[in-house]
Amino acid sequence: MKFDQPAGTNPIDRMKVVGKPTTRIDGPLKVTGHAPYAYEHQELPGKPAYGYVVGSAVAKGTIRSMDTSRAERAPGVVAVVTHRNAGKIAKGNFNTAMLLGGPKIQHYHQAIAVVVAETFEQARSAAALIDVDYARDGGAFDLAAAKVDAPDATGSDAPTAVGDFAGAFAAAPVQLDQMYTTPDQSHAMMEPHATIAAWEGDKLTVWSANQMVAWGAGDLARTLQIPPENVRLIAPYIGGGFGGKLFLRSDVLMASLGAKAAKRPVKVALTRPFMGNNTTHRPATIQRIRLGATKDGKLTAIGHESWSGDLEGGGPESATQQTKLLYAGANRMTALRLAVLDLPEGNAMRAPGEAPGLMALEIAVDELAEKLGMDPVKLRVINDTQVDPEKPERPFSQRNLVRCLEEGAERFGWARRKAPGQVQDGRWLIGMGVAAAFRNNLNMKSGARVRLSPSGQVTVETDMTDIGTGTYTIMAQTAAEMMGVPLAKVTVKLGDSSFPVSAGSGGQWGANSSTAGLYAACVKLREAIVSKLGLGPGEAVFENGQVHVGNRVADIAAAAKGGEIVVEDSIEFGDLGKKFQQSTFGAHFVEVAVDRYTGETRVRRMLAVCAAGRILNPTAARSQVIGAMTMGVGGALMEELAVDKRFGFFVNHDLAGYEVPVHADIPHQEVVFLDEADDKVSPMKAKGVGELGLCGVGAAVANAIYNATGVRVRDYPITLDKHLDKLGEVV
Amino acid sequence: MRPFTYERATSAQDAAAKVAATPGARFIAGGTNLLDLMKLEIETPTHLIDVNGLGMDKIEAIDGGGLRIGALVRNTDLAADARVRKDYGVLTRALVAGASGQLRNKATTAGNLLQRTRCPYFYDVNMPCNKRKPGSGCAAIGGFSRPLGVIGTSDACIATHPSDMAVAMRVLDASVETIRPDGTTRAIPIADFHTLPGQTPHVETALEKGEMIISVAVPKPKGGTHIYRKVRDRASYAFALVSVAAVIGKDGKGAVALGGVAPKPWRVEEADALLPKGSKVVADCLFAGATPREDNAFKLTLAQRTIAAVLAEAKA
Ligand SMILES: Cc1cc2nc3c(=O)[nH]c(=O)nc-3n(C[C@H](O)[C@H](O)[C@H](O)COP(=O)(O)OP(=O)(O)OC[C@H]3O[C@@H](n4cnc5c(N)ncnc54)[C@H](O)[C@@H]3O)c2cc1C
Ligand code: SF4
Repeated sequence: MKFDQPAGTNPIDRMKVVGKPTTRIDGPLKVTGHAPYAYEHQELPGKPAYGYVVGSAVAKGTIRSMDTSRAERAPGVVAVVTHRNAGKIAKGNFNTAMLLGGPKIQHYHQAIAVVVAETFEQARSAAALIDVDYARDGGAFDLAAAKVDAPDATGSDAPTAVGDFAGAFAAAPVQLDQMYTTPDQSHAMMEPHATIAAWEGDKLTVWSANQMVAWGAGDLARTLQIPPENVRLIAPYIGGGFGGKLFLRSDVLMASLGAKAAKRPVKVALTRPFMGNNTTHRPATIQRIRLGATKDGKLTAIGHESWSGDLEGGGPESATQQTKLLYAGANRMTALRLAVLDLPEGNAMRAPGEAPGLMALEIAVDELAEKLGMDPVKLRVINDTQVDPEKPERPFSQRNLVRCLEEGAERFGWARRKAPGQVQDGRWLIGMGVAAAFRNNLNMKSGARVRLSPSGQVTVETDMTDIGTGTYTIMAQTAAEMMGVPLAKVTVKLGDSSFPVSAGSGGQWGANSSTAGLYAACVKLREAIVSKLGLGPGEAVFENGQVHVGNRVADIAAAAKGGEIVVEDSIEFGDLGKKFQQSTFGAHFVEVAVDRYTGETRVRRMLAVCAAGRILNPTAARSQVIGAMTMGVGGALMEELAVDKRFGFFVNHDLAGYEVPVHADIPHQEVVFLDEADDKVSPMKAKGVGELGLCGVGAAVANAIYNATGVRVRDYPITLDKHLDKLGEVV
Repeated sequence: MRPFTYERATSAQDAAAKVAATPGARFIAGGTNLLDLMKLEIETPTHLIDVNGLGMDKIEAIDGGGLRIGALVRNTDLAADARVRKDYGVLTRALVAGASGQLRNKATTAGNLLQRTRCPYFYDVNMPCNKRKPGSGCAAIGGFSRPLGVIGTSDACIATHPSDMAVAMRVLDASVETIRPDGTTRAIPIADFHTLPGQTPHVETALEKGEMIISVAVPKPKGGTHIYRKVRDRASYAFALVSVAAVIGKDGKGAVALGGVAPKPWRVEEADALLPKGSKVVADCLFAGATPREDNAFKLTLAQRTIAAVLAEAKA
């Protein structure tokens, strides 16, 4: 099905199942431990052995020599694979560095060997017996230093300019020109990267934790240089990803190589200390924002530049993305500059671009509001735009940012906010902050297969993944709505590369695109049923397991009496995304308390108001948003991969050193969704919410801290040391 | 993790003698620190002597006042003991500020005192670290040292001792009671128990080879307000940036010790006497001769301000 015209009225609009708060259909499996995650699959073609990955001890250089003989002789060891015996390995399309290093080393903890043994403990212990002699090279590890001569990014990341930014900024009666920084961040999801690989002849099956099944399977074939049809990737349950599992990673490759060498299935899970340096991370940014406004708060000049670094051949963190679209203003420029750094590979993490971009931009707007003596909600409202400010002929498909801000302000009691440093509660300094949330809506081609059995059971098959987001449930809701059956009559099978290729889970495109693909397949199934039952022309209504056409009625199951009906289709998106700017919006409100003595920040209340099209399942969507708000608090207050600029690696590479929020850090969180349906986006009229919930949270926290203390911090995370000495004397 | 053998001790002296006699032998109690370090091959014992089950899990009153806390008393049980809560509140507060409920259920009094530093370079076997590998250098100096020590450190090691409980023990003037392989016992004042790194940061305590902790004694209650204030980057389940243990009387006099700043619980007795004069002079006294790094110099300010918070709380 091609989606190139705004959606008319369709069966989803009935919203008998879609749009209803629905608990997870996979919940019972998960809470009883019956949902197999990558490392846990039991139906393997042989007894599995265990692989343990060895990472490079240096950030950059060459392996001069490597002695694996002690490891090979260690108890239980079945095989040791390194670059010397791995065969020819290529680089996948989505990887920047090789997943198996050696002799050249590109980053710290780059995988250089996998030791396979009968038990995990034997493999781990033997792994420590590999002796490696490195020739260490110097590298670039310091973004602030490398920034100086970093060139402009190119392609879709190239600089943009409209009007005369420099002139308008210079002439603006009110100006803001500030630098902001965001640190490298780690996905730190619960389930580590994990894979079981098994070869049968030249066919390879991997059970893996991967958000994008087709990308993963394709890159695995490419990396191993085998035909794509020889690879099957199975990923029915995934314990979080946040972008860390968008791509093929070393667990998959090393398990596959290990299994080949061991001639039996091999399990590999990356250990926690590998998370920081072996896998990808969100790159740090240094951002400069210049805003010029008239005295009454109209933006006349908007400039946003951002510097980030990556390995040679990598990409920038596109932190200026939202600045092209969020506020009106005739004169504007954005620029991304990319330095080459020899730190591990930077890549997408939840809301790449907007998450760190808004952390800076939305502090800047708060600062400008203060300079103007204007309420920051009002400043955002008066600079709203209903068209793409860089291309005014492109309207937004739907944009209710102003409503989010105003309704949020009302619900949060924003009017009670005082000037900075005015509210105290015992030893606590209290403040409120606001920030706009913005994240582009992306759509991806997505396919699904639907089966109708003689008993009237509807089975959905697609390689779409559920990374803990609730995909199983919204897919079941969509099929139930389309086919007029209860949820219990729908079986959903996900995450298998033998199923039709879907959008996968990333960029908050998963929910809308994959349900739209399923919608297309269900439309086909409805047509097949009507034709099979000979119900003739007319509008078909599917309800209570029956189909009505005019005054003719039949059970849908009857259509499959002679045998299962199987149909397949996909949704392909035309140019509506070009004609209309499709984005999601929100407003975050936060109240914090800062300890006057120690500078510790505790978040007291949080509210998000989101405008993100039709909400397919309010229960799951709320979970997405509160999870994202939690992640936003982490980014605001504590998350930072600490760079060692001499050795070139992230030092705090475990969950003791890389702190994420714990329960005690997270207060009452409230989420409101505006009642929307965006017909330009898809037949589901839905958009993404999973990343929107994170966008802007950091700045809302930062602005609340400023409102509490009167001390502005522009470098994340806002740990107590950043403002402690400015909080006023205590004796 | 290297392969190792394991046995259960039959008595404290048996355990001490075995550890002394067996190369590569170590005691294991709750295992919450030792096992983690073994998995990363930071610790590589070849033989473990399990000291659980020796009956050292009791808290007993000492004649003339005070409590004798068995080496194997779990952190949870110690924190919850009615006598401890009533008379040694700073100890309960320090304990529950540490780790998590699950870990405290396993962690023991002796193991807690002997837990090793959380310096991130100590945890990465690819990095030079004089504590882990004597003579290899110190990667933390000139690197990421934000969590590390500002006083009592040396040019060989700037690690901190991570225990919360030990800081409370220090302010309570506890003493560590041990048995040696030959069966003799002694009591080591907590002040002398942990040693400063100097040029031998791998030596962390006054314990001799095979010497085993059997109990920790706290003298009779000090009275006054007991406070433990732990400051960290998140609200729970994190090690201290700075912590302050204090027992302060109505007259403003008392005792104070700090965690998160030094290779041992940091107390300077002269500073106690300055408590009525306010946090600044106390901090100046505690940190005379401090050698902070650029990224952890904030700990000096933070320590002073946290002492101020504690003094304010004691007054309130
Ligand atoms: C995730 C995590 C978070 C933590 N957070 C905190 C925190 O916030 N604050 C805090 O204070 N602690 C914290 N801890 C540390 C915890 O308190 C210690 O791991 C625990 O107290 C160690 O006790 P154990 O009995 O398990 O020791 P073990 O691991 O069994 O032993 C530790 C050491 O003591 C030796 N030993 C044990 N018993 C004796 C004995 N009787 N005589 C002589 N030597 C002995 C062992 O040989 C070993 O060297 C944390 C630990 C973890 C894993
Ligand atoms: S500070 Fe001490 S523990 Fe840390 S790296 Fe240096 S020597 Fe090792």
